[in-house]
Amino acid sequence: MTALLTILILLGITIAIWQMVKIFDLTQTNRDASQVANDKDNSINGYLMLGFLGFIYLITIISFALWGDLPLVSNSASEHGPEIDRLMIISMAVIFVVQTITQFLLHYFAYKYKGEKGKKALFYADNDKLEFIWTIIPVIVLAGLIMYGLFTWNDIMIIDEEEDPLVIELYAQQFNWKARYAGQDNVLGEANVRLINLDNANILGLDESDPNAQDDIITTELHLPVGRPILFKMRSQDVLHSAYMPHFRAQMNCVPGMITQFAFTPTITTEDMRLNPEIYDKVSNINKIRNEKSIKLQAKGEEPLDRYEFDYLLLCNKICGKSHYNMQMKIIVETEDNYNDWLKEQRLFKNSLVQN
Amino acid sequence: MSTHAETHTHEDDHGHHHKETFVTKYIFSQDHKMIAKQYLITGLIMGIIGILMSLLMRMQIAWPEEPNIIFKALLGKWADGGVMDADIYLALVTIHGTIMVFFVLTAGLSGTFSNLLIPLQIGARDMASGFLNMISFWLFFLSSVLMVCSFFVEAGPAAAGWTIYPPLSALPMAQGGSGAGMTLWLVSMAIFIASSLLGSLNYVVTVINLRTKGMSMTRLPLTIWAFFITAVIGVISFPVLLSAALLLIMDRSFGTSFFLSDIFIQGEVLHYQGGSPVLFEHLFWFLGHPEVYIVLLPALGITSEVIATNARKPIFGYRAMVASIIAIAFLSTIVWGHHMFISGMNPFLGSVFTFTTLLIAIPSAVKAFNYITTLWKGNLQMNPAMLFSIGLVSTFITGGLTGIILGDSALDINVHDTYFVVAHFHLVMGISALYGLFAGVYHWFPKMFGRMLNKNLGYVHFWVTAVCAYGVFFPMHFIGMAGLPRRYYTNSNFPLFDDTQDVQVLITVFALVGGLVQLVFLYNFVHSMFYGKKTEQNPWRSNTLEWTAPIEHMHGNWPGKIPHVHRWAYDYSKPGYDDDFVPQNIPLKQGEEELQH
Repeated sequence: MTALLTILILLGITIAIWQMVKIFDLTQTNRDASQVANDKDNSINGYLMLGFLGFIYLITIISFALWGDLPLVSNSASEHGPEIDRLMIISMAVIFVVQTITQFLLHYFAYKYKGEKGKKALFYADNDKLEFIWTIIPVIVLAGLIMYGLFTWNDIMIIDEEEDPLVIELYAQQFNWKARYAGQDNVLGEANVRLINLDNANILGLDESDPNAQDDIITTELHLPVGRPILFKMRSQDVLHSAYMPHFRAQMNCVPGMITQFAFTPTITTEDMRLNPEIYDKVSNINKIRNEKSIKLQAKGEEPLDRYEFDYLLLCNKICGKSHYNMQMKIIVETEDNYNDWLKEQRLFKNSLVQN
Repeated sequence: MSTHAETHTHEDDHGHHHKETFVTKYIFSQDHKMIAKQYLITGLIMGIIGILMSLLMRMQIAWPEEPNIIFKALLGKWADGGVMDADIYLALVTIHGTIMVFFVLTAGLSGTFSNLLIPLQIGARDMASGFLNMISFWLFFLSSVLMVCSFFVEAGPAAAGWTIYPPLSALPMAQGGSGAGMTLWLVSMAIFIASSLLGSLNYVVTVINLRTKGMSMTRLPLTIWAFFITAVIGVISFPVLLSAALLLIMDRSFGTSFFLSDIFIQGEVLHYQGGSPVLFEHLFWFLGHPEVYIVLLPALGITSEVIATNARKPIFGYRAMVASIIAIAFLSTIVWGHHMFISGMNPFLGSVFTFTTLLIAIPSAVKAFNYITTLWKGNLQMNPAMLFSIGLVSTFITGGLTGIILGDSALDINVHDTYFVVAHFHLVMGISALYGLFAGVYHWFPKMFGRMLNKNLGYVHFWVTAVCAYGVFFPMHFIGMAGLPRRYYTNSNFPLFDDTQDVQVLITVFALVGGLVQLVFLYNFVHSMFYGKKTEQNPWRSNTLEWTAPIEHMHGNWPGKIPHVHRWAYDYSKPGYDDDFVPQNIPLKQGEEELQH
């Protein structure tokens, strides 16, 4: 019944708009029947173009003022992060300048040269010099950005095995993450989904006879030692997922049937990041928002929201099914000592198997 | 398309007095003008459905917890108690994308205006093959019906995103929508591709063979250049998507492993071995990226024509415009990998694709600068079509610039698949192409229906839409850069993003207003079709040949001889003429030089 009513109401709104437009239409048509823009239209719309330029600038300023702290261009927590942030800021600056100038020219010309009866436009069809200029300027700017971008990209993607990175597997499945540490030998045991055996809790399909697999450690939380290069090997058991760690400026797809990889060095522990003034402010602001929401929820007799505490996160960023929106894993960056202590508490693969 | 038919129809009209019934005139018509109208109206209906879906999505994102009676009314069992189901949200994402990209902005835009304008602007009696043209439309219609039908299957429509990456799209147990819904999606798209190929072949052949006397390639209006090159890209890239769809059907139904390997799902290991989802991504984006230009180039072509006509000025840099269309078309086929920087492909390939991708900014910049220079010292007639064209240039610049970030593999790592991407492509291809479609409709409505659209309603339509388009997509960049992934049914499981929620609400409000104002356009369209003011033959005082044809549509387009062409299409405000336009069929005066363009 409510469904029918809603449809009727929507229909009513549509008809109302339709009728209002019709009335508007009827009052207009008689005055100027030609429906081709006349001088008055040109003038009004010319001024509106100028106004629209103002609107574009205004929305730019408002966006930066209100939401300028949202973009992840500072406080990156990985070694390569500041490099990406710098390139991002340079690119944004280039975009900002070009956007400001071209939008000005476009809308200002639209205002300035608004048509008048009897006026004639300038017959001006070509100018090789001008066109050369605005071909060559983008070429130079882009060449610079491409070079910078490619150097940064190679820095990030070419993994230096000699740095002795800590090898960790990120394992994706609908709809959660697991991490597998390589253990003392720092070599991950062979694995394939065909070896998965739920009966003895071999959930990631490790080769039980592989010596390298015996000391592997499977966890549901990702702990990383600060300052040590980490090499992530990604696997997925069912569909595509994407391991997205925004604070580390890191992302790589997890593809069934192949192993993908991404490496970075975390530079700031979770503890230190929580004390960072900008992050602290952000968290307080979020908690303010959550408090307001909690009050509303409590008024309705529902549970209030938990307090938010900052944590690094691993999110799934490739559409993977129904609960894609809630596929996450907590990342904890800590000192080498704390990390080792934590690792010692975890069960080795060989001990985690259930003996039948 | 025999030579006999050509010589026969090209010069003289032997009075095409075929007997027409209602069916041959309005339904199974082979006349390009009627087919254009069929494309437009089907495209608009699909557009209404597509936009409505986006509004439902926006309401869900803005107010995720609250039961919404609109959901309950429109989604039925998918919104039990008015709370939208997570599966149907992904289905809306998927079908909205598919409908808007393929059904509205490919078929609705290119199908309408290529059909309407190619014969009329090059001086041909009709398309090379009217029959294939008719088949093309009806295949499109059939695929539209199938796509919409997928909402009525038990487990819901396809929900793997419009990119339908396997294995998600290949395994019915991975997602409800990957069952019958996905089958319908694939069949619908296969038919759509067949339609698109028939159409494109027809456009290419027509432009190459059926130009009237004097219409050399260098005198073609830029609209025709855009449609022509678009058709060429379509012929090159659509078959690749067809092959991807066929291989996916094989994987789904016949047990092959083209895209699948080593899968363990719902407690069992599947038999697939040796395939690669990355292969599908390559095949998909080999069409998927050119598709962006299949959508955009016709819009730019329309804009070129509309801006020149209404600025009463020649388009600036005709040769550069043609060259940049060709350059964009060429580059568009070698940049697809920028959708796959983090797909697991070799990082070296990432470098190559960064390079080719950023190159595409150069011809795009040339086009933008040339449009701006065309306005300079013009005598701008602010008709609604002109406003939409200026709006297109504006959103093309705003949206295109952020491509510099997304095309840069190093930066893409952190904004890939976030709302930043959504903002980028909606502005640069979604809104821009939609503006192109609107500009085309306002400009050629008189040609299609013999009546004028109401200009004041056009102004209301444009200004509200323009403000809302920026209101929706400009702030969206910021939540994207905050790291908020797209295609999340709700963000409330991530307190980290709680401070982006008020932006989401603002965006939704703009989206709702922007969606509602399209009703003004619909009213204008339907009302003017029947009651609009009767048009003059050449209301915008334009140079191109379609305006020399009589207002009343006839088979063969011109009574008697087809006009000959003596000049390019952009002799606006040419010195030595009293009028500020000189149509293409007016011979050069004695001693007058045709501009070296």
